[in-house]
Amino acid sequence: MKVLVPIKRVIDYNVKVRVKTDNSNVDLANVKMAINPFCEIAVEEAIRLKEAGIASEVIAVSIGDKSCQEQLRTALALGADRAIQIDTDLALDSLNIAKLLQKVVEEEQPQLVILGKQSIDSDNNQTGQMLAALSGYAQGTFASEVKVDGDKVNVTREVDGGLQTVALNLPAVVTTDLRLNEPRYASLPNIMKAKRKPLAVKNAADFGIDLSPRSTLLKVTPPAERQAGIVVESVDELVEKLKNEAKVIS
Amino acid sequence: MSILVIAEHDNSALKADTLKTVAAAQQIGGDIHLLVAGSDCQAVVDAAANVNGVSKVLVADNPAYEHQLAENISLLVIELASDYQHILATALSIGKNFMPRVAAILDVAQVSDIIAVESSDTFVRPIYAGNAIATVQSLDDTKVITVRPTGFDAVATDGNAEIVSLTNVTDACTSSHVNDELSVSERPDLGAASVVISGGRGMQNGDNFKLLDGIADKLGAAIGASRAAVDAGFVPNDMQVGQTGKIVAPDLYIAVGISGAIQHLAGMKDSKIIVAINKDAEAPIFQVADYGIVGDLFDVLPELESKL
Repeated sequence: MKVLVPIKRVIDYNVKVRVKTDNSNVDLANVKMAINPFCEIAVEEAIRLKEAGIASEVIAVSIGDKSCQEQLRTALALGADRAIQIDTDLALDSLNIAKLLQKVVEEEQPQLVILGKQSIDSDNNQTGQMLAALSGYAQGTFASEVKVDGDKVNVTREVDGGLQTVALNLPAVVTTDLRLNEPRYASLPNIMKAKRKPLAVKNAADFGIDLSPRSTLLKVTPPAERQAGIVVESVDELVEKLKNEAKVIS
Repeated sequence: MSILVIAEHDNSALKADTLKTVAAAQQIGGDIHLLVAGSDCQAVVDAAANVNGVSKVLVADNPAYEHQLAENISLLVIELASDYQHILATALSIGKNFMPRVAAILDVAQVSDIIAVESSDTFVRPIYAGNAIATVQSLDDTKVITVRPTGFDAVATDGNAEIVSLTNVTDACTSSHVNDELSVSERPDLGAASVVISGGRGMQNGDNFKLLDGIADKLGAAIGASRAAVDAGFVPNDMQVGQTGKIVAPDLYIAVGISGAIQHLAGMKDSKIIVAINKDAEAPIFQVADYGIVGDLFDVLPELESKL
């Protein structure tokens, strides 16, 4: 079966983001970019399905300007078979991303779509669920285990208080949580090979979808800074402060 | 203007965080209806009817909703949607799971994880793991919103809402529940506890987490952990506090052997009082802590337990 893996180019998770002084947005100029960590886990899971003989082809897709080809090449180096870039300069919200991906699903007819549960930039946690709804598919979000079983997939999900396992009819959408797997590193020979793997470029404007924004970003501010407190010398002093100064214990 | 709030519950109890989502609805302003979708969930319905500010409790009590599968709940909410300008759910596992499906089918965007309401169409939400705060104006006719509980104070529970039973059943028949493996604990829920004590890599192993038990017993605290402690296999992952785990904001947060990685701070920095216990005086956790003790946690914890 075919597996489709949508991925996103985001700020590298090690970089501390800064807000622009005019509060219009965060400053991404000259900042290191990378594949979103949850998307990397999705790529890894798809490749493992292929290595296990369950997936026949792994297709990576990303929506953005030419620069996201870098992340698609990373996915190819990790083991994806081919890639699709949907070219646009617009900063699209999750709904429009999901609509574009739904068109790709329609065309490619994958049995399984695996994507990250959220991107570490906008932190929306929406795209997978929206894509599932628009495609009429079941979904297994926040997955920590994925087991394909005939025409169903069992997904163990990280939920408040523990784990929940659901059985989904295929085709289905799975979104990854952190503990699903530990992604591999791409080897140098595979990075070289990835340069020759097919990467198709499509124009977002050709999909016939109204991509106009559904919201306006009014401002972006830094979070309120917490003031550092004091270092106490003893446990006695700590207990005294918590009782009498902070009044949080009695 | 009417607002639909979807209750977060486990068929036996209403999650306290729903009271915070109702508080967010009150700030938006309008007639508030609370939807309880579950199975054999009368206790939840009774609790929901007491939530202040709610005029009607809509009850969908059917086996199709027992596990609140996203495919089924979203269809139910969509059936009701035309009566509402705002649809709100709590940004917990159930709300986060089904709500984007509702938005997509209604062809509207979703505003996730709001921490403040500026007006009926403008909301504040953290982005980049809380390292930036965005103010967003929604342009859609129907606002689909998830609410981060730590941003709002719970409403009281001395209300008396009308209870209305819904008879239509929506079952997508595309998914089914297999099983749950929920952690059994006598302690309060991490998200709802007024005191949280968390251990990090400095705890060295899972056994040492027992050192936190006595203190947690005395303070009525929930026990949490940093991602480092979870990844090292010390404790199960539902104990994780941080950007990708639970976001908590208790009155008192005690961080033990936690260095204070940015991902951890994102999950607890809205706590009222933060205490840090760490042997490294340079650990970043001290920059956000109200009170710090520089010392070996294996000495400090027993002493703290004895003095509480």
